[in-house]
Amino acid sequence: MTAPATQFKAAARTLAADLRHRSLIQTALGKYEVKRDEMKARFQDWEGARQAAADIKFEAINHLDRYLEQFVARIEARGTKVHWASTAEEARQIIVGICRDRRARRIVKSKAMTAEEIHLNHALEQAGFKVVESDLGEFIVQLRDEAPYHIVFPAMHLTRGEIKDLFERKLGDAPSDNPEVLTMVARRVLRQEYVAADVGITGANFAVAETGMISVTENEGNARLTAALPRTMITLVGIEKIVPSLADLALFLPMLATAGAGQLLSGYNTLYGGPRQPGEADGPEEFHVVLLDNQRTALLADAEQRDALHCIRCGACLNVCPIFRNVGGQTYGTTYPGPIGSVITPHLRGLQEWKHLPFASSLCGACSEVCPVKIDLHHHLLQHRRTARAAKPVWWEKLAFRGFALLVNTPWLWRLSLALGRVGQKFHGLVKGTKLDPAYVWTQSREAPALAGQSFKAWWRERGRGTTDHGSTGRRTKDQGPGTKNQGSRVTSHESRIPEERPRRSDDGRHGA
Amino acid sequence: MKLTLFVPCFVDALYPQVAVATVRILEHLGHQVEVAEDLNCCGQPAFNSGCWLEARPVAVRVLDKLRDAETVLIPSGSCGAMLRRFYPELLAGTPHEAAARALAPKVFEFAEFLVEKLGVTDVGARFPHKVTYHDGCHSLREMHIHRAPRQLLAGVRDLELIEMKQVVCCGFGGTFSAKFPMISTAMGEVKCTEALATGAEYIVSCDSSCLMHVQGLIDRQKLPLKTVHLAEVLAAA
Repeated sequence: MTAPATQFKAAARTLAADLRHRSLIQTALGKYEVKRDEMKARFQDWEGARQAAADIKFEAINHLDRYLEQFVARIEARGTKVHWASTAEEARQIIVGICRDRRARRIVKSKAMTAEEIHLNHALEQAGFKVVESDLGEFIVQLRDEAPYHIVFPAMHLTRGEIKDLFERKLGDAPSDNPEVLTMVARRVLRQEYVAADVGITGANFAVAETGMISVTENEGNARLTAALPRTMITLVGIEKIVPSLADLALFLPMLATAGAGQLLSGYNTLYGGPRQPGEADGPEEFHVVLLDNQRTALLADAEQRDALHCIRCGACLNVCPIFRNVGGQTYGTTYPGPIGSVITPHLRGLQEWKHLPFASSLCGACSEVCPVKIDLHHHLLQHRRTARAAKPVWWEKLAFRGFALLVNTPWLWRLSLALGRVGQKFHGLVKGTKLDPAYVWTQSREAPALAGQSFKAWWRERGRGTTDHGSTGRRTKDQGPGTKNQGSRVTSHESRIPEERPRRSDDGRHGA
Repeated sequence: MKLTLFVPCFVDALYPQVAVATVRILEHLGHQVEVAEDLNCCGQPAFNSGCWLEARPVAVRVLDKLRDAETVLIPSGSCGAMLRRFYPELLAGTPHEAAARALAPKVFEFAEFLVEKLGVTDVGARFPHKVTYHDGCHSLREMHIHRAPRQLLAGVRDLELIEMKQVVCCGFGGTFSAKFPMISTAMGEVKCTEALATGAEYIVSCDSSCLMHVQGLIDRQKLPLKTVHLAEVLAAA
C-alpha cells in the first residue's frame, strides 16, 4: 500500500467510527440540503440549467486554447500582466518572485483552492513573507495549522466552542462562543492585515474570455478587500476556470451559489478586469494573473475523463457523498476531497499512488446526480479502477477473480461449493468475528448471511421433477400447486401462495441473518 | 411473452425465497417463466474491482446463454444494471460488444418489469406492516427505477409506506464493503438510523445485496428492524 493509502485508511477508520463527528457533519449538511433544495426550486428548470451549464463548460474546455488566448489578450489590454505556469513549482516561483520584486513583507490572501493545490502559503512563508488567510473559515484552519476540511466550508468540522478556545489561545481574544462575537474578533484582526498588506492574493471562480475578466464569488467581502487595498493584486487561476462569455455568469453565479451553499446568490460576486485605470479612485496599482496548468492539459488529453475539467468547485458532490460524510475532508490527504477529488487527484498526483481513492467508493452515484455541470463522477471512479489494475495488476486479486469466474461459469462447481459452504458454515461460529475468521473484514462489524438449506436452483430442479409434463429442460409453465392462477381467481392467502414449496431455510425467517 | 429469469448468485445461495416469490408472482400473472439455470453471476464483483479482463469471460457466457431470450428478468437492480448499463462498456471494442448492446434493452429489474412493461401495480398481496423503502443505488441511478416499487407497495393491502428523509447508500458497494469495512459499516449505520426514524418494521428493497448488508448490521447491533425483498412482500397475502 502506498503511503497516502495507509494514511487514508487509518484516518478513515478512526473518523468513520467517531459518532460525534458523524452527527456534526450530518447535521450541518442536512441543513445545507434543505436550503439547496429550496433554492433549486426557484430555478424554473434546474435540470435544464444543469444541461446548459454542462454545454457551456464543454464548449469552453473543448476550445480551451482559443478561449485562453482571448482571455489573455483582453485582460492584458487593460494593463494586467498574465503569467503562464506549467507546474505548481513554476506558479510558486512566479508568485514568490512578484512579492520579492515588490519588496513585500506582508501578504493577505482570500480563499483559493488552487493555492492549496500548489502549497502556496508554505512557499511564501519559506521565502520569508507573512501570509494571512482572510476568509473566516480559512483563517480558522490557518490558526490551527491544518488543511481546509471542505473546499467551500473549510472549518465546518469545528464547533463554536472549539473556535472560541482557538481564538483565546492564538489571538488572546474570545469573549464568548457566540458566532457573531467570534466573527467580530476575526474581523478586527483581519482589517489590520488588509491595511498593512503589500500584496493581496485571490483565486478565481470563473475567467471570462469574452471580456477578459476574473470573477470572484464570496460571502464575507474579504476577497474584495484583499483585492482592493494592497498595491499589488495576484490572482491564481486554474486554466479550466474559463467560460466563453460574460452572459454565462448569469447562469453560473446562481448555480454555484445554489449547489455550493444553498444560496440563490452569494453575498459578493465581483469582476476584476485589470489594475486601477487612469481616473479611477481605487483598486490595485498592479494586477497579475497566474494561469495554472499543473496536469490540467494532461487531463484535457484524456477523452474519457476530460469532463472533470468542467468542475466549478461548488462542493455539491462532497456534500452528498456518503463516504465524505463519514470520513471527513481531511482524511483524504488531498487538496480536493470527496468525489471530484477522487476523480482528479489521480490525474494531478499520479494514479498508482492515489488509486485507493477511486476504490474508496460504493459507486452510489449520488455525486453524479447532483453535479451542476454533469460530470460523470462515479463512472470515472470505475474507469480509474480499470486503468489502475490494467497498468499494475494485483496477482492475488487476479487469481481470486479467475477462480470466481470459473466457479460461477461451471454449474457443477457452483453446486459443489454451495454444498461445501453449508458444511463449512456450521463451524463458522468457532472463529466468527475473530482474526482467524476468513470473513473477518465483514464479520468484525456485521453478521454474515447464512447459506440457505436449499438453493433456488435446487428448488427449481426439484419442482421440475415434480411435474411430469416438463422434463429437465429448464422450461416450465405453471406448477399445479395451490395459489397459482389455476382457477383464474385471485390468490388471497400467503399460505396458498408460497407454501411448502418454499426452499428450506437455515435461518429464522428473516431476509438476512 | 417468454420470460427468462436470471437468478443472481447471492439470491440463489442466500435468498432463494426472493427468486421463488418472483416466479410465483409471474406465474400468478399468467406468464411462463424459464430459468437460466446455468447462469450464476453477472461478473460485477470483478468489474467493479477494475479486473475487467476477469469479468469478461463471465459476461460473455451470460450473453451466450441469454442469446435467444426475449425478456430477461433479474430480481436485483444491481445485477440488472450490470447487464443493461455496464456490459456494453465492459465489452466495448471486443467482438461481443454488439451482443451486449443487443441484450441491454431486453433486461429488466423485477419491479420495473411489473409496472413499466406489464402495467401491473396490484398483485393482490397483503402485508399488514409499516415499511420503508430502500432505493438500491444501482436501481435508482443506473436503472432509473424510483416509481415502480412504490406503486407496487401502494397496491399492497394493509401496508403503510413511510419514506426515509434522505436517499442514501446502504454502504454495501460489493467489494467496497470488504476493502473499506469501517466506512461501509458507518454508512450502513446511517442507513439504519434513517430507517429507524420512520418507525417502520421492515426495510423493503429490490436489491437483496443492500438488504444483506443492512441485515448484517441489524443482527449485530440487535436493532428493531427487519429486511425483506419487494418480491417477498408482493407474494405475501
